[in-house]
Parts: sequence; structure tokens; C-alpha cells
Amino acid sequence: MTDPMPQTPLNALQEPEITQPARSQWRDVWDQFKHHKGALMGGGFLIFITLAVLFGDLIWQIDPKKLDIRNKDVRPIYTAIWESDAKVSWANPLGTDNLGRDQLAQVLAGGRASMAVGWAAMILTMLIGTTIGVLAGFFRRLDGPLMRFTDLVLSLPILPLLLVAVTLFRQPLRANFGPEMGMFILIVGVIGVTSWMQAARIVRGDILALKEREFVLAARAAGTTSRGIIFRHLLPNVLSPLMVSATLGLATAIITESALSFLGVGFPSDFPTWGKMLADAVPRMQEYPERVMLPGMMISLTVLSVNYLGDGLRDALDPRIRGR
Amino acid sequence: MLTFSIRRLVLSVPTLLFIALVIFLLLQLAPGDPMAQVPLTVPPEVKQKMREALGLGQPIHVQFWKWLVQMFWIEPQVFIDWLTNKSALFGWLPDTDLYTACGGAVEGPCDLRVISWQTRSPVMDIVVQRLPQTLWVVGMAYVVGILIAIPIGIYSAYRQYSVFDQAGTFITMIGFSIPPFFTGPLLIVIFSVQLGWFPFIYDTTHVVEDWDSFVFQLRQMLMPVMVLALQTTAQISRFMRASMLDNLNQDYVRTARAKGLSEAVVVMIHVLRNSMIPVVTVIALGVPAIFGGAIITEVVFSVNGIGQLLITALFANDLPMVMTITFMFAVLIVFFNLIADILYGLLDPRIRYD
Amino acid sequence: MKVKATLLGAAAAFALAPAAMAERGSDGHVNIIYWQAPSILNPYLSGGTKDIESASLVIEPLGRYDENGNLVPYLAAEIPTVENGGVSEDLKTITWNLKDGLLWSDGSPVTSADVAFTAEYCMHPEGGCAQLAKFDGVESIETPDDLTVVVNFKEPKPNPYGPFMGGQSPIIQKAQFENCLGAKAPECTDANFGPIGTGPFVVDEFKPNDVIAMSANPNYRDPDKPAFATLTFKGGGDATGAGRAVLETGEFDYAWNLQLAPDVIAKMAEGGKGKTIAAFGTLVERIEMNLTDPSPDLPADVRATRKAPHPFLSELAVRKALSMAIDRELLVEIGYGQAGRPTCNLVPAPEMFASDNTDCLTQDIEGAKALLEEAGWTVGSDGVRSKDGVRLSILYQTSTNAVRQDFQALIKQWWEEIGVETELRNINASVFFGGDPGSPDTFQKFYADVEMYANNFDGTDPQAYLSMYRCGNEPKPSSQWQGENINRFCDPEYDALLDELSQTGVLEERGRIAKKLNEMLTKESYTIVPLVDRGRVSAHSNTLGGVVLNTWDSELWNVADWYRIK
Repeated sequence: MTDPMPQTPLNALQEPEITQPARSQWRDVWDQFKHHKGALMGGGFLIFITLAVLFGDLIWQIDPKKLDIRNKDVRPIYTAIWESDAKVSWANPLGTDNLGRDQLAQVLAGGRASMAVGWAAMILTMLIGTTIGVLAGFFRRLDGPLMRFTDLVLSLPILPLLLVAVTLFRQPLRANFGPEMGMFILIVGVIGVTSWMQAARIVRGDILALKEREFVLAARAAGTTSRGIIFRHLLPNVLSPLMVSATLGLATAIITESALSFLGVGFPSDFPTWGKMLADAVPRMQEYPERVMLPGMMISLTVLSVNYLGDGLRDALDPRIRGR
Repeated sequence: MLTFSIRRLVLSVPTLLFIALVIFLLLQLAPGDPMAQVPLTVPPEVKQKMREALGLGQPIHVQFWKWLVQMFWIEPQVFIDWLTNKSALFGWLPDTDLYTACGGAVEGPCDLRVISWQTRSPVMDIVVQRLPQTLWVVGMAYVVGILIAIPIGIYSAYRQYSVFDQAGTFITMIGFSIPPFFTGPLLIVIFSVQLGWFPFIYDTTHVVEDWDSFVFQLRQMLMPVMVLALQTTAQISRFMRASMLDNLNQDYVRTARAKGLSEAVVVMIHVLRNSMIPVVTVIALGVPAIFGGAIITEVVFSVNGIGQLLITALFANDLPMVMTITFMFAVLIVFFNLIADILYGLLDPRIRYD
Repeated sequence: MKVKATLLGAAAAFALAPAAMAERGSDGHVNIIYWQAPSILNPYLSGGTKDIESASLVIEPLGRYDENGNLVPYLAAEIPTVENGGVSEDLKTITWNLKDGLLWSDGSPVTSADVAFTAEYCMHPEGGCAQLAKFDGVESIETPDDLTVVVNFKEPKPNPYGPFMGGQSPIIQKAQFENCLGAKAPECTDANFGPIGTGPFVVDEFKPNDVIAMSANPNYRDPDKPAFATLTFKGGGDATGAGRAVLETGEFDYAWNLQLAPDVIAKMAEGGKGKTIAAFGTLVERIEMNLTDPSPDLPADVRATRKAPHPFLSELAVRKALSMAIDRELLVEIGYGQAGRPTCNLVPAPEMFASDNTDCLTQDIEGAKALLEEAGWTVGSDGVRSKDGVRLSILYQTSTNAVRQDFQALIKQWWEEIGVETELRNINASVFFGGDPGSPDTFQKFYADVEMYANNFDGTDPQAYLSMYRCGNEPKPSSQWQGENINRFCDPEYDALLDELSQTGVLEERGRIAKKLNEMLTKESYTIVPLVDRGRVSAHSNTLGGVVLNTWDSELWNVADWYRIK
């Protein structure tokens, strides 16, 4: 792994200054990662979209909630290319919706909410799922109770659960964090609590098989603690299904958020998110296809880039592939 | 493995009872009122009387006990009667008459089944009525989805980063990130409105009896099945691919190849078998969901399967119906997770549960 | 009810029947789609519109309201009035005479015993009958002979057309429901799913919450009707799908209540397979002001009760300014199109009861600002008006519904222009309109400053509707938050007028009082801010003839007259 350090008598006398640092594992990972074109493009797009939704409103300063009824149903500017009498305007390059809200501003603001919900819920889901899965798979005594608990959560009907959560938690959260932040915590919590089960069962299934493998037995024989075995030997080996779960989980979370707001558990109705923009645009998709395309593409591209990023990471982290 | 299965089956009884209790309490705790859909023109005193007629005022433990008795004592009687009287399989047995239906003209004691608050009729009858379209559409979509997904996953992994893999990744990821509330209407606009090829209001009264009616059934199923299968395919093919990739570089594959086994045997037997664990998990988790139905797709295409039944019951706060459907759903979840655990043991004999 | 209008209406209904009289069943099959699926075909066990309307194909009342709100006899020979002697001078009895020779679909004769039984069925104390209010004040029902029914009321009834009138209280067959009284009602599944009726169709198969298959009633009283031999009544899906199936693909012939944005419907209508029809009733979309303080800091037994007046909505100037800031024309254009018209009235129809109040129709942002300024509400540094430390900050709630969310966004913008901060909230309709006292989100509990929904009244008389705003009828903890006076409005003068209305039989006088009551709630106090008089839009295919949209009764009231245009 590490290159041999050039040893000269002079160097030996002084504190050896590391001229060429030891090639760390992570350096290797990065070298491998940057050869993966899809991963680089995915990562690049993800950084771009994140920056855009975070700082886009500094450049494009139209208020996404501002209604301008006189300028409703403006088409995107490119429509003018094939339809010369289309209602277009440079003031709204991506057009406006049926209440005259600027679509570009909405996509930027909506992205911020959707990305935040998506990532937070996905990370929460993965944390709960992996923890429960590992504990159940590795410790035989916990397997029964934890998996029956998983069965229980899987069986709970989601709508009553949401309504209970709203009844119990909305008011305190709103009082402590304000209406939008409070709702954010509630939504992320609800999605996290109701979607970790698949990850947990997948991780458990893999761990059940992995822990009987020779390398785990070897590690155990060498006196590695359970904690060490889990973190050094088991988790890296369940990474690929976890990556898939995480990618799919991100997409699900972004879409679920819009379903929740339909059930009245979401953000206030004038608060744009990609899922909500998509749902609102569906009845008018024949006349204004751009309104479904725009949020639909943003969701798809984000998920796609996370997927490629995950692929790249997986390859880079696999020592068997690395260096080939 | 056999003792394990038996032990788990026995254990699943208290588990399910506990799940039933939790669901019941959750439904009681959730805000809701079966009178929500009664028009505002009906005065509150009348609504209060209607609630009382539904038995809403009773204490919670009485309501739960009633449900347990109806579900585990009376419904099985109805089922046994049906088996011995009407079914083709057990019709030869002497007719039983365990269940005494309540009804207008019945005097004396009778058995009350689980009654829906919306329809005032036995919940199980409606569930049985909904099974055909649910299985035709949702079940078929699941089978189709799996049948497409597994080969795609295998081939994508085997030829990682080939054009096929890239295209597959692209399509499945986009397919998964576009929700059915968009793909459904999109298909309707293209195939029903523009091209006029398929009907989009599902006809649940349609009976398949000859070739023509079978073709009609296929035509009306096609769009909802496509929408649902897209989601299933996307999900399962991703897991299949990831799992195959993990195994293709393992030492045992090199050994197998070195032994001179053909590529087909190496991939399809050795690698596939070892890659199935996450896929089996995902598939087993999905089977109960067939029964749970596909709410959005069913509503978009008016399929009126069990998903639509559950969502209308939820919106109408029809607690007996919600409780019964959710509980049956729980039974399937517990059962199929047990099957998954047994399959793990068959796929990888090193896994032991005792 | 005006007798002349009634009789003319009845005559017109017959005259309008299709000239080319086809024989029964000659036009084949007709498909109807309701995006809410019927659960049961017994309207007495379910108050839902979908159930009442689907049942109206099978069972019929003695008389119905026509498309103009006039009374038309169905099973009755004529509509009893004071003039023709059917209603007694003291307004305490009404005598109905059945048509001669009526048969149930099973061939047995319809008698007055069936009518009396219907009342007994609904008035049974354990039955939980959804239409009990229709039988309010009925003391006894007599059947002197097979064709005569006499209803005696406990006190004078200026409007005696509650029992047996309209889609909500059809006549059911005694022989079929005899053993289904009271607590036994839900056990009669077969009867509830397939009532024997006198209507143009009989039920062949009923799949609850899904579909009904029907065929023509062989014993229907008009031998040439209905023109259709069979009928499919499909339920479920969504309004978009229902509209598409009629207007764009032609799979269905009739779609009920297309609650869609006007531009969406217009686009569908370009499909050319059918057309939309609209009619107006009494449904008014309104904003209700909370006159009590919904602040979560208050103890539970004080919050949103009359013990705690609202910090700023109890002030007339604020309520009026909020109303003035709204552009109702624009709301109609965005949300309802041909199915809506701006209104300032709580009772928009019938004409006799509708006030000519049009003050609110023009938006006046500047006037609203001036009004608030005058009342001492000054704009702070954050653009929100305040007075004595109280900020004009409003929580505005409604049920989840695309049009309502658009309205919320528009109104929020206008209110913010006049310096009122607005937070929006939308709640799932099954919780919002449910009466669960444990939920904080019901419209009765009103834990918000203003809320928006729509309400209407049955039939044509607004007395019960206006009585909802009686002092003491407000939802409160002691009544388990049940009650209809949502705003917690309380005015002794209003209550006195209500008492006067309930004792007045002269129609003109009733109209005058009702108008005054309406104005007291709207333009005089701005307790209720009406927005849109909401009509109903339905659609039928180009080949379906004879459809007359009726918002006063079941939409399928004249299905016997429908025919196929060839």
C-alpha cells in the first residue's frame, strides 16, 4: 500500500519530513473514483444543483410565491422558436403557472425544500434501517424482537399514523421552530420512521450470510470485537445494496413529500416543492407539458446523478476493482 | 430448518395479536369521524345518532374484543361453510352450517360478522369481491416486473458499463423517480385520448369467457400493469445488479471459472444464487403490497381493487374495514418475511437460525 | 311554494319530454360515472350524495324539485298546497294522494302503508337514520285508505315538504324492509344493496364502492320509459378521469360534478365527444371569521370559545377590510369559470330569499387600507399592521383541494397587500369535515383565525340554514365541539328574527326576514364573507339526450327521460 520512504543518512538524523505523503486508502479511492465518468458527471450535477437551489435566489430574485395574474400561463421562452405567437416573456424565461408564479423561481425554491427533505429523510431512513438491520443480523438474541418490530411497523397503515403524528407533534414543533421548519422536521420524521424497514431487512439478510463467512470467523478468531467486526468487515460488504436503497429512498422521499402535502401533512400550500409542482401540473400536461417536464426532470436528474455517484463510490471502495 | 419454521409459525400468533392491538389503538387515537362525508346539511344531532347506531360510544376494549371474536371465530365459520357448501375443492364434504346469518327475518341468536360502516355489509365479502381485479392488475404487474427485472439486473451487472447497462440504468432510474400519478395520466393521454387504443376506465364486471373477452381484459389491464411494473422493475433490477456486481469479483467465481465451468453455469448458478439474498428480501416485502393494492394507480385507472377500498375506507373513517384489511396485510407481511427467512437458509446453507 | 309556478313547472316537465317517443329499452345501454363510488343504495343509512343519487335511479319520493326548484309530483298525484286543500290552514297537516295503479318493480302494488312505513323506518330511535331531520316535527302519520297519507306535525310547519320530498327521502317497500327496523337495519345487506323500488331501473348487481349494473324496471309507470334497457353506474377514480372518459374518449355517457379548474375542463371539452352543463343551487364558498381567540396559549376550555373574544377579528373594521381586499370576479375566473359567480350572499337563491346585496363585488384595496388606518391599525417596519401590540397575523385554513389552495394563495396575496400577514394551512377533508372532538383540525373546532369551505341547504327553504347561526348553537367543549354556529356569532336581534321566521307562513314575509338575516351575517357584520356562488358542472356525451341538470334534487332525477340521440 504505502511507498517505501527514501532513506538517506541525512534524513535519518532529522525528523523525517514527509515529502511524499503515504498514499492513504482514501487517496486510492479518489484516484479510482475520478476515472468513473458517470460518477464525476453525477457529482458535478449534484454540486451544481445544490448550489443553484441554495444561492439561485440571489441571482434570480423573483419571489416564487408572488402571484401575477395578468402574466399567468406564460410559456417558456424557447416555445417562441416554433410557435411565433406563443405568450412568452424574458421576465419569466421558464414561463409561469396558472396563477402567474414564476417557474424558474419556483424550481429554485422548490428544489431547496425537496433536496432538504429528500436528503434528510434518506439519511434518517438509512441510519435507522442499517442500525436495526445490523443489530438483528449480528446479534441472534435481538433478531426475533427487532424483526417482529419491523413486521409491526410494516403493517401500520400510514394515513392514521400521519394524522396521529400531526395531532401530537404539529403544535409543539410549530411553536418551537416556526411553521415551515416545524413542518420540515415532521415530514422528515414521518418519512424516516415509515420507510426504514426495507433497508433493515436487506441489511439483516446480508449480514446473516456474511457473518458465517471465513473472513468474519478469522476476524473473530483474531480477537476483533463485535464492534470492530461490524464496522470493519460487515458494513463495507453491505454497501452496495445500501447504496441502491439510498438512491431509491431519495427519489421516494421527494415524491412522498408531495403525497403528504396532498394528505394535508405537508408544507403550507403556497410553499413550492418539486413534488408539488409536478402534482399541480399533471392535469394540464397536454397544454403545458413544460410544467410537468421541469420538476419531473429535476427529480429524475437528481436521482440519476445520485445513482451514478453511488456507482462510482461503490467501485472506488471495492479493493478488488480498484487499480484495475 | 423445520423446527425453526414451526417455532416461527407458532410465535407469529402472539405477534399478530399484538400487531392487531397496536393497529386498533392507532386507529382509535387517529382523529377521524365516520360522519365526515355526510353532507353539512345533516344536523349534528342526527350525526350523533348515526354514530351511536354504529356502536361508536362503546369502550375501546369492548370494541376490540368484538372485532377479535368476529375476525377469529365467526369469519372462519363463514369460510368453512363456504368451503363445504359452494367451493369446488371441498364441496364433496358434508355441508356444514356453523354460521347463522343475522338478517331481517332471523329470530333468536345469530352471529354478526365484521360489518363495514360505509356499506353496512360484511367486510370480507367486499374484500373477496375485490380480489380478482387486484390480482389481475397489481399481481400481474408484480410478476411481469420481476420477470423483466431479474434478467436486466443480471445482464447489466455481467456487462457493467456496457451500452445495455447504461441504458437500463437511465430508464429504470427515471422510471422510478417519476411517480405513478404522472405516468398514469401520461399513458392515458397518449394511448386512450390521442390514439384511442385502450379503454382507461377498468370494467370490474367484465368476465373472461372466450378469446375476445380475454383480449379485452388484456387491453384494459395493459396500462395500469405498465405503470406498476415500471416501478417494480426499476427497484428489483437495481438490487439485482448491485448484488451481482458484489459477487462477480469474488474469489469463488475465479475458482469456478478456473475449474473450467462454462460461463453460463458460473453466472447463472454460482453467482446468481449468492446474489439472491437482497433480491429475495425485496420481493418478499413486495408481495404483501400486492394485496395492499396500488392506491394511486388504482384510482387513476378506476380499477377499484383493494388499494382503492382501503383508501376510501380511510377517508370515510370506516374503522372495521380499515382494521380488517390492515390486519390481513399484517398477516401476509409476517408470513412472507418468514418465507424470506427460510429462503435465505436454502440459498446459503451457512445461515442458521437455531 | 308558489302553486302556479309549481303547476307550470310540472306541466313544463311533461311537455319537455322527448317528442320522438321510443319504446322501453330500445336505446340499449348507458354508462354513468361518478368519481365517488356509492357504498350503499339505502339513503336512510348514508347521507352521502353519491349514495342518494345512485339510489334515486331505483327508489323515488312522492315529489321532487325540478331544475328551477319547483315541486313536481312523482309518486303523488299532485303536490299538496294550502290552495288545493292538501295542506291544512293551520299548517299542521299535509295530505298526500298517491297516483293510481303504481307498482313496485316486483309487481306488488304501492300503497300508503309503504309510505307510512318509510317514516317509521327512518324515525326509529335506534336506526341512526341519516335523513331524520327531514322528519323533524312529525307527530303521527295516518293512512285513511290505500292511496292517502296524512302527516301530522307537532307545530305549524310553514314548509311542510320535509318528509317524502326530494332525493333524500324516497319511499321504500314495506315488505322488503319490514324486519330491518332500528338496530337490525345494517343486517339487511341484500335489501340495502338492492332495494325494490318504483324508479325507472332495478339493480341487477351491486358491488359496493365500485359499480352497479341495472336494467329497466318492467313495471315502471310510464310504459315507454326508460329508453335504455341497461345501465352501468361506475364509481371511483377521480374527477379528471371521469371528465376525460366523457369528454375526450367517449367511454362514458354522463359524468357527475366535475370539480376541476375551468381551463382544465375547457381543454377536455375540446375533445369533442361531449359537452359540459352547469346549473346553480345554493352552494356558497365562503370565508368564515372566527370571533373567538384560537390562540394555543389559552387553556383548552377557553380556547376558541366565546369566553375569549378574538384579539382583532372581533373588530368590524378588520373583518370588513379583509372582505374589501378580495377580488371575487378573479376568484371565479381562476377557480370555477362557468360553474361559479361572485356573490356577497350567504343565501344566493332562490330569488325570493336572495338579497340584492352586491357591495362586495368590487375589490377595493385602497379603501381597505384606509379603513384599517382609520381604525388605528398602522403599518409596522415588517409591513404588517398592528395596534397596541396586536399584529394582524392570520392563520387561514381550509380542506385540501386544488381550487381551494389556489384561492388561498390569491387571497393571501391581497391580504398581505393591505398589511395583514397570512399563514396558510390545508387539512385533509376527512379530518376537516369530521366531527372528532379529539382532533385540533376540524372546521367546528376552528383553531384558526379564518377558514374557507362551502355549504348549502336542502330544498328551497333557508330557515334551518339560517338557524345555524343562533346564539348558543356554537361548537364548544361542553357540546363535544358539535354545533353549527361556526363563527360563534351571537346577536339577540338575530335570534329574535329567527323566532319570527319560524312562525311566519306568508311567503313574501318569509323572504323579507330571510334577506334581513342574510344581511346581518354578511354585509352588516362581515362575520361570513361569501366568495363564490358555486354551481355544478357535469358532462354528458353528444349522443345522450334529455339531460336536465338539477341542483335542487338528485342529478339523475329525470333519468327516465334520457335517450340516445341517433
